[in-house]
Amino acid sequence: MRLTRATRIALGAFATLVLAFVYVPLVVIGINSFNSDRTFGWPPPGFTTQWWSAALRAEGPRDALVTSVKAGLGATAIALVLGTLLALALSRYDFFGKHAISVLVVLPIALPGIVTGIALQSVIQNILTPVFGIGAGLFTIIVGHATFCIVLVFNNVTARLRRLGGSLEQASADLGARPLTTFRRVTFPLLRSSLVAGALLAFGLSFDEIVVTTFTAGPESPTLPIWIFNNLFRPNQAPVVNVIAVVLVVLSILPVWLAQRLGGTDATESRL
Amino acid sequence: MRSRRALVALLTPPMLWLVVAYLGALAVIFATAFWTTDPFTNLVVRTFTLENFRELLTPTYLGIIGRTLLIAVLVTVLCILIAVPFAFFMARVAPRRLRALLLAAILVPLWASYLVKAYAWRTMLQPGGVLDSAFGATPGYGFAAVVLTLTYLWLPYMILPVYAAFERLPESHLEASADLGGRPGATFRRVVVPSLLPAIAAGSVFTFSLSLGDYIAVQIVGGKLQVLGTTVLQNITLDLPLAAALGTVSVLIMVVYLLAVRRTGALENL
Repeated sequence: MRLTRATRIALGAFATLVLAFVYVPLVVIGINSFNSDRTFGWPPPGFTTQWWSAALRAEGPRDALVTSVKAGLGATAIALVLGTLLALALSRYDFFGKHAISVLVVLPIALPGIVTGIALQSVIQNILTPVFGIGAGLFTIIVGHATFCIVLVFNNVTARLRRLGGSLEQASADLGARPLTTFRRVTFPLLRSSLVAGALLAFGLSFDEIVVTTFTAGPESPTLPIWIFNNLFRPNQAPVVNVIAVVLVVLSILPVWLAQRLGGTDATESRL
Repeated sequence: MRSRRALVALLTPPMLWLVVAYLGALAVIFATAFWTTDPFTNLVVRTFTLENFRELLTPTYLGIIGRTLLIAVLVTVLCILIAVPFAFFMARVAPRRLRALLLAAILVPLWASYLVKAYAWRTMLQPGGVLDSAFGATPGYGFAAVVLTLTYLWLPYMILPVYAAFERLPESHLEASADLGGRPGATFRRVVVPSLLPAIAAGSVFTFSLSLGDYIAVQIVGGKLQVLGTTVLQNITLDLPLAAALGTVSVLIMVVYLLAVRRTGALENL
């Protein structure tokens, strides 16, 4: 399409505006983390580093971070195992009900989080606690997160299995390898990078999740998003919350960079 | 490798998890929508009733459902209006070196915490905040702020599929249209837009469903605004069956939307 110079310039200007729309709020919280005004009056009347040192000393966010990392690792581990098993079953076998299962695995992420949240909460309150004595806490957070993380691993592994086809596994079987040997020496090495991508996505989603977590976390074990939300409306905590927010924005460069280094945009784009 | 025993071994753990931990819980909540509560204890009583759904047909709840739908539609339309020209610039106008950089610029905010982005708009919109001092006015917390913040949050989910569609569009189609005398405007309308529709539909599944279910951002920038999500939240402790009925409504709206979108063939692109 031959565009006039004016159209190109207009499109360029529009794109610049969109980038400004995307980044100005993030830059503003960055500047606000040094704003000497406790209520973030704009423009800042002066600058200070006291919020950063207060945030470094605060125990609430540190404990919450530990909970978030534990929950993320637990949920990712479960999702890796269950998602891979499911992907192998659905890509390499034909059976009745296959389509229904592929819908079922997407449901936890497709339905509104609040529905999944209240569903899990009622199971915790009516079954887990009275029958098994398990209260809301890290364990229930991990169960909830793993449930909607399975689909991320499943999607990545399924895409890889589809690209690979089954000929290498067949060759391995023809050469006398037992199924587990084939998996260990042929399938798993070929899947490795898709598993890393799936794990990255699963951990990222778990780390950021707040809706389902609200209903599965106990009062003593907030994750980082829950801690932020609980303190968001407390004026005297605002500067600390703001510093944590800046740290999280800076950290979000990490997965994009990691995924680009791992080759391919698989991971970042399937965040969709 | 292809024996039934292996299949059963592969399927059993994930199916146990999904059916017991998820489907079971979901079934109980949908059943709860047809139960009632004891007016004195607020405990759920398991007798069948359609009363919860009848209550949803009162003007209060119809208003809330309508407002939530309006927000979801507005956010989706705004995301399309911003994403199409931006993705076009990314894929077709920007020099190749800039393209990777722009893609990263759209991906990084996608990984930034949802809560942090909503919080960022809370500070942008506050009285005496950035918007107020830059433009001398701020919409404040409410309907407009919610639409703006949700558009901001879900924009990358629209840009990425539309960008991918522009990338896939063969240059030769555009040249053919130009050779046949199509001006850029006509080419855009008659060649580009039709090939974009599945991508837009795919993106809209995210912008629409995420806006429909949201209640966190609404609490952060919405002031006292009531939407489906916040109404569910408020009823959970006092009237779980009503909350479940409201949740069921949002699930039903999503299912209808997904079925409508499926007709465009967009779901195969997800």
